[in-house]
Amino acid sequence: METGNAIELKGVTKRFGDVIANDNVNLTVRKGEILSILGENGSGKTTLMNMLSGIYFPDEGEVYVDGKEVTIRSPKDSFALGIGMIHQHFKLINILTAAENIILGLPGKEKLNMKQVEKEIRELTEQYGFDLNPSQKIYDMSVSQKQTVEIVKVLYRGADILILDEPTAVLTPQETEKLFAVLRNMRKAGKSIIIITHKLNEVLELSDRVAVLRKGKYIDTVETAKATVESLTEMMVGEKVKLDINRTEPVGAEKRIEMRGITCKNKEGLKVLTEASFTAYSGEILGVAGISGSGQKELLESVAGLQPIESGEILYFSPEGTTEKISEMKAEDIKNLGITLSFVPEDRLGMGLVGSMDLTDNMMIRSYKEGRHFFADRKSPKKLAEDIVEKLDVVTPGVDTPVSRLSGGNVQKILVGREIASNPTVLMVAYPVRGLDINSSYTIYNLLNDQKKKGVAVICVGEDLDVLLELCDKILVLNSGKVAGIVDARTTTKEKLGLMMTGLTEDKNE
Amino acid sequence: MSKENVISKKEPFARMVKRDHISVGKAWAIRLIAVALSLVVAALVIVAITKQNPIEVYLGIIDGAVGSNRRIWVTIREMMVLLCIAIGLTPAFKMKFWNIGAEGQILMGGTAAAAMMIYFGEKMPNWLLLVVIFVVSGLAGLIWGVIPAIFKAYFNTNETLFTLMLNYVAMQIVTFCIVFWENPSGSNTVGIINAATKGGWFPTIFGNAYTLNVIIVLIITLVVYIYMKYSKQGYEISVVGESQNTARYAGIDVKKVIIRTMMISGAICGIAGAVIVSGASHTISTSTAGGRGFTAIIVAWMSKFNPLAMILVSGFLVFMQQGSIQVASQFGLNENASDIITGILLFFLIGCEFFINYKLEFRKKGEK
Repeated sequence: METGNAIELKGVTKRFGDVIANDNVNLTVRKGEILSILGENGSGKTTLMNMLSGIYFPDEGEVYVDGKEVTIRSPKDSFALGIGMIHQHFKLINILTAAENIILGLPGKEKLNMKQVEKEIRELTEQYGFDLNPSQKIYDMSVSQKQTVEIVKVLYRGADILILDEPTAVLTPQETEKLFAVLRNMRKAGKSIIIITHKLNEVLELSDRVAVLRKGKYIDTVETAKATVESLTEMMVGEKVKLDINRTEPVGAEKRIEMRGITCKNKEGLKVLTEASFTAYSGEILGVAGISGSGQKELLESVAGLQPIESGEILYFSPEGTTEKISEMKAEDIKNLGITLSFVPEDRLGMGLVGSMDLTDNMMIRSYKEGRHFFADRKSPKKLAEDIVEKLDVVTPGVDTPVSRLSGGNVQKILVGREIASNPTVLMVAYPVRGLDINSSYTIYNLLNDQKKKGVAVICVGEDLDVLLELCDKILVLNSGKVAGIVDARTTTKEKLGLMMTGLTEDKNE
Repeated sequence: MSKENVISKKEPFARMVKRDHISVGKAWAIRLIAVALSLVVAALVIVAITKQNPIEVYLGIIDGAVGSNRRIWVTIREMMVLLCIAIGLTPAFKMKFWNIGAEGQILMGGTAAAAMMIYFGEKMPNWLLLVVIFVVSGLAGLIWGVIPAIFKAYFNTNETLFTLMLNYVAMQIVTFCIVFWENPSGSNTVGIINAATKGGWFPTIFGNAYTLNVIIVLIITLVVYIYMKYSKQGYEISVVGESQNTARYAGIDVKKVIIRTMMISGAICGIAGAVIVSGASHTISTSTAGGRGFTAIIVAWMSKFNPLAMILVSGFLVFMQQGSIQVASQFGLNENASDIITGILLFFLIGCEFFINYKLEFRKKGEK
């Protein structure tokens, strides 16, 4: 198996308009290895893999599978070559069982022998150590179980080359470990596995070799054993980056927001937040951890006045010493009281900004009502937009460009910049660095730290536990809508957080 | 490259590639080519179905639309009505409120105008009557527009169905009124209202009966343009249209904006009804709106809600429509012949937007 290359790409180029997503990429994947493809957002990792799975067609270049040149015109061709891709967003039908989803779209006999299918699936799962019940419905499954179904689906179709696009983004540390064990079993069985990721620790832990892409260009492939976090980062970014977050001790902490027993329901009437309580102090960063969809969104939105509350109350303690009950107010009322509560929502272009509007108009979202004029003031928002572009190094053709045309990092800088510009007393951010490159991420962390030093109460929902542990003073852990506990970020560990997130511990450090 | 390929040997013949940007000149060149191509295709169709000389048919269309002073003014009059409705739809559509009830709003406005003319035609000075007509017909359109908006805001009903159904209600109301206003009785039509006194008719200004139509519609166009572009309310409309979540986040009262915007949209469509009844037909029937409430949707969309472009687009559509009437009589065809030509033109014009947004890349020669 040493000699064979499962996949070889030669000079592959793909353009979207003027943007070159992949520029003359050469890449080899050996048989029976785990190859990580590492690169920042927008470096062309997913585009490259989409060409292997038949979603895009390369503009230039050659693709070899098992040493033969091939032309992949559609996902069907890709399957026929034994390439299977597991996308970031699952493509499963909720009301069907795992087994039904797995055989969906496969040719078969008139009469379906579900028992036979389930038996085959069980054999597969036992072989590789999956934990899967073929007759379980998808809607009953956790995110990690759904991912398992996607992987088994691909294996069932006889794939020898598996591509996983950011598989650990939605998993807890424990689930990630389980996934890695399965992947190692598959490697033993001679499968080739490609993992797209930007988490360096995982790369080092799992893969045999690492291929690095930067801005669409292929940089190099290195043996993992010879790589370090620093060397890989340098390859990704193109320069040395300081990966330290400068966490200071909180000074003069005062109570700012107190949530008492808040319960919220979603549109279907299910409880998404149950009896949640916490206190946020000025000059502190309170991290919020949890599996995605555990109530993080509702927690922040109920403080911001955007979420109808079933029961409980939220109090705001102003720096002047007055107390306001903000739980029954809408966003507008809170603002009218003169409370500057800034909020960077998870859905940047769907809530925080309007994608089709330009920078100036997006600044106006917070300020357009000012003044008694019938006409809106566009001068000061324009000034603000120009200031933010300059201070935060936003890459944009101008302040008249629609924000949807900017990259994720620049969009986030504009949003965070606008929210900070109002000199808030409370700053809430949800997934502030999702989709951002390393440099932009650290810019954002520094901005949050600056706000903390200015005495702002910062609440930060994050997904990367390593970062939360480094950045925050305290971490609130959510587990299916309940506050599992609030721990000191300086003394707790990632494993402990992971256990709290899944509710496998009774440990409460309140 | 003689290696054995596993699956297919060829890369796809053509692929779509999204253009990042395109120069204004190139975009207009594409549109011009589209018009030229459409005229060629339309000519082929004309020859095939009617055996007429296509150039003569085209000349007939031009002649019918702008061939004489009177024809020019009729074209302008019709264009103003279409423009007015399209302008009325703009705020609603900008808010992504799919108001396809302009027909009903026009009919209600027109009915209100007719009622004012019939009941107060001889009791008020004409200028006062005209003011009353505008206010009342605007109110009638406003009511017809705000009903679906209230239901949308508070019960999230589907505004498309709701506004559409209200069109039929409006038609029945017109039919109901005609029973009372029949003139001469038994004719089942209202006839020309105040034919002798011209009470409630638009006055002749600068020797032309349609000057006031032009003035009113252009003023409305300008006001709506400024309102949408510079006012706080116009800004709220765009935010609500783009994302209701962002609107709530910004502290915008979405319900209020929906209701307020549909009041404006309905009122302008109602005034369009008054412009038709008082300023042109001087009568009311179930076909007073005549499908223009729907045609105006095309106008608004093709112009991408830009009022200046709306003047051009509505001009073009009315030009073709007026030309068709001429062609129909001149060549003994029916009006549908010209509808076919209009359809072909529209097909090419809308279709060419694809080539403005995308380009096709073909398989390179030399590759097998």
